[in-house]
Amino acid sequence: MTDPTEHPAAITVSGLRKAYGRHTVLDGVDLVVADGSILALLGPNGAGKTTVVNILSTLIAADGGTAVVGGHDVARDAEGVRGAIGVTGQFSAVDDLLTGRENLILMADLHHLGKKAGRARAAELLARFDLTEAAGKTAATYSGGMKRKLDLAMTLVGNPCVIFLDEPTTGLDPRSRRTMWATIRRLADDGVTILLTTQMLDEADELADRVAVLDDGRIVAQGRPAELKARVSGGHIELAFADLAALDAASRVLQVMARDDDALTLQVPGDGGVPALRALMRRLDDTSIEVRTLSVHSPDLDDVFFALTGRATTDLNRADRNRTDQNRTDQNHAADQDPTTTEQMEDAR
Amino acid sequence: MSSHAFFADSATMTRRSLRQTVRYPVMMISSLVVPIILFLLFAGVFSGSMKASVAAFAPGTSYVDYIVPGIVLMTVGYGSSTTALRVNSDMTSGIMARLRTMRITRTAVLTGHVIGAVIRTLIAISLVLCVAALSGLHTRADALAWLGLLGVISLLTIAITWLSVAIGLAANKPEGTSGFTLLVQVLPFISSAFVPIGSLSGALRWFARNEPFTPIIDTIRGLLLGMPIGHSGWVAVAWCSAMALGGYFWSRALFNRGPSR
Ligand SMILES: Nc1ncnc2c1ncn2[C@@H]1O[C@H](COP(=O)(O)OP(=O)(O)OP(=O)(O)O)[C@@H](O)[C@H]1O
Ligand SMILES: [Mg+2]
Repeated sequence: MTDPTEHPAAITVSGLRKAYGRHTVLDGVDLVVADGSILALLGPNGAGKTTVVNILSTLIAADGGTAVVGGHDVARDAEGVRGAIGVTGQFSAVDDLLTGRENLILMADLHHLGKKAGRARAAELLARFDLTEAAGKTAATYSGGMKRKLDLAMTLVGNPCVIFLDEPTTGLDPRSRRTMWATIRRLADDGVTILLTTQMLDEADELADRVAVLDDGRIVAQGRPAELKARVSGGHIELAFADLAALDAASRVLQVMARDDDALTLQVPGDGGVPALRALMRRLDDTSIEVRTLSVHSPDLDDVFFALTGRATTDLNRADRNRTDQNRTDQNHAADQDPTTTEQMEDAR
Repeated sequence: MSSHAFFADSATMTRRSLRQTVRYPVMMISSLVVPIILFLLFAGVFSGSMKASVAAFAPGTSYVDYIVPGIVLMTVGYGSSTTALRVNSDMTSGIMARLRTMRITRTAVLTGHVIGAVIRTLIAISLVLCVAALSGLHTRADALAWLGLLGVISLLTIAITWLSVAIGLAANKPEGTSGFTLLVQVLPFISSAFVPIGSLSGALRWFARNEPFTPIIDTIRGLLLGMPIGHSGWVAVAWCSAMALGGYFWSRALFNRGPSR
């Protein structure tokens, strides 16, 4: 675990502001990323994650505040910043008309590595990202996951010491996601400082030394993943019943967090641990209440936001869950959690 | 950034542009086919009816001779629409954003596109001239005139290409470049390209006389057919330089602007 006070900071941001017309996108963002650590910038759609990355990678200018990346001021020494960073944007930035190898060699040439060293670097990265076989095919024929890998490989050609990854795993299947995580972790082990953005709590939890939660242009919480999760507390178990009678019966014998009469579901506290589940089942068996399905929910971004800001991430996301939110508002301080990531019983084992 | 880095980066980006052309020749071929078809069509359909007015314009000149400069101009125009599309796809695909976060000479990225496009266009024009020669083009250009032709056509191509780069950068999507494409494709029709200006009427004649493509076409025609070009030459060079500089500075400003998404 890295404490920003122990190491020199690779990225220091203070009071960063950006507005498009009258629409304020960043409203005073402060961040510190220690040298060689991973910071996850967590936020829902439109929170301003990409805007932060764009400013720190010199693509756009901030309206106010200061940012120093790799020892260079973003506003005064953009060239210096560019020499220190590598960026993998939210949208693929590979040349579809060139092959994977040609894309990498293009980067090597622009870094003035020289012909031989450039080719060697390209071959090395192709091997590392498992793209050697596809190296001679044009990037247009690559799958989304392969393009994402090539994209990251291109970012690494110049051996940057600070890397920005804007939603590096969006659109990847679970396996590719894990591979990408392993790659990112290895980069950090090699001493590279990484600022990544994500919408997924589990990703931040998995990768980051520190997490900063961005909401509506402001950092609403910052800390180690464990600290954040502690504020959200455990998950819950959702029980679905066949009819209202069973629902009523169950709510009399169980400690109920939330109840949905339309969906015939109850939410009860519990993190999916086997003893807790067994106790719950025994309780239901004793009163002969029939449960249709049972699912274990771990806290996710929505829960973090709800816990931190007392409101849902976006009204749109939550439109179909207003009822649950209503219920939750009452319980909000007793237990801040709610469904979304669902681990079915079989998976929970 | 040192000038050495500028040349190295420009060469890298030019290689990329040429490689795309070699790998996907379809784009270049399609921008070549339309001018050639137009040429064959005009030469076939209007040769007879235009004989008199062309002869009055310059004795001993055939209609084929007369329209070749306009066709050359159209080839430049069609080529530039390819360039605008290429630049636009770089812009929207995120490649431009990537390049702009790298420590490279910024204008080299655009210069690469321009040099690649100029090479592509000059090859296309050579092919068009070959077709014209096979169709009976009778040039009276001496070595000096050919040198002048190369100069004027290159300057024209550079000018239109820089404009097309700016258009490609400015457009939010490929369709956004179509207005420019239409303009460079239609303007030659309201010029001295296909009929002598004298045979146009009223407003059209005024427009044709004052639009930039007329002096350019007149210059190319004069050099190609060994006729005096008067001060068309200087006017053409002035127009091309203005378009080239305008396109260059506009492109540079757009390139340094924020990403389109
Ligand atoms: N060029 C622009 N002009 C106007 N508004 C913009 C521009 N770029 C971004 N915005 C606005 O800024 C806000 C933040 O955008 P940003 O792309 O930073 O969000 P994000 O957190 O990356 O979202 P996502 O998860 O969807 O990628 C959005 O409301 C967006 O509409
Ligand atoms: Mg984004």
